[in-house]
Amino acid sequence: MKGNFGFSLMLALCLGLFAGLGTAQAGEGIEGTARADGLDACVAPTAFMRRNHFELIKHQRDITVHQGIRDTDNSLAGCVDCHVRKDAQGNHVPVNSPGEFCAGCHQYTGATLDCFSCHATKPTGN
Amino acid sequence: MSQPTDQPTDQRRRDFLAGAGAAAATVVAPGVFLNSVASAAPRDTAVTDDVRYGMLIDTAKCADGCSDCVTACEKENGLDQLLKPEGASDEIWDMQRPRWIREVKLRNNLTGRVTSLPMMCQHCEHPPCVDVCPTGASFRRADGIVMVDRHTCIGCRYCMMACPYNARSFIHENVRFKITAAPRGKGCVESCNLCVQRRDNGGTTTACQDACQQGAIVFGDLKDPNSAVSQAMARYPTVQIRADLKLNTGVRYTDV
Repeated sequence: MKGNFGFSLMLALCLGLFAGLGTAQAGEGIEGTARADGLDACVAPTAFMRRNHFELIKHQRDITVHQGIRDTDNSLAGCVDCHVRKDAQGNHVPVNSPGEFCAGCHQYTGATLDCFSCHATKPTGN
Repeated sequence: MSQPTDQPTDQRRRDFLAGAGAAAATVVAPGVFLNSVASAAPRDTAVTDDVRYGMLIDTAKCADGCSDCVTACEKENGLDQLLKPEGASDEIWDMQRPRWIREVKLRNNLTGRVTSLPMMCQHCEHPPCVDVCPTGASFRRADGIVMVDRHTCIGCRYCMMACPYNARSFIHENVRFKITAAPRGKGCVESCNLCVQRRDNGGTTTACQDACQQGAIVFGDLKDPNSAVSQAMARYPTVQIRADLKLNTGVRYTDV
């Protein structure tokens, strides 16, 4: 009896988990819905950004955390804000979802993306 | 600054109820406004030691059983986005869940008088957590905020052992939702940072101060003699918790 109850509980938990995932997941991002899509270049020329974006972000993170400077072009929040795409329902699609702006290249090159274990993957409004 | 904590209650401290309450109200009103406007100017220059942020907490106003400040802190900093891991017991979860503010009860063994107070990072001038950190992740910002640089934190938890105030927590599990303004994640130690995101974006209050309906928390610049917190501290007797450690805390209490 006890075992049955445990099993039912597990089943309920699993179902709940998947239901939760289902609602949390956004659809596929649509080309042209990111603010960046309408701009000629990022905060620096595209070729430079492709090779050096992490240098900019890494430099900025130390300045922001230790010196409190947040008025900058090089913040990760800025990257996400500008590059995040929307799905057909108009919801933001996390930038680290497969095929989205960040994950697209990082998956292809096999470079681990650690930013988003802490940082927001879409604008949260605060 | 250092006063014995078992000193008999000075009746004048009761005046603090009226005095600091009024001061806090004037600060809270514009503060709430500032923070609701996301476009308040972000900092473009490095923080300096011209200011030292700190707090005064009037424990006489702190109601037993009230947890408004704790709830507000959890919401502001995303602490409520970490759920109990599956399979963890309530006991373990209660012990290990991240808490930036703890509700603490002090009992004077001689008189039996019980005091409730919120206990958080005391933002020491000489923080033991900074002394012991092997990577420099635990640091004291020029403006007096003691915080963790999560980029360099390796999660060793040495600082948790060093802190006399039990102010630090470790994040054991993935955070289910990340807030842009307050990034946090698994594997790092964290603690109260005096709402650093508000400090750098022009805010004048902390989440706990805004939430306290009793006006028990006054936040401000300890170096500015005209700030509400300095004025209150100049008028009323205040104590540092564990003043014997000579850490010169930035968070002070009255009526303890």
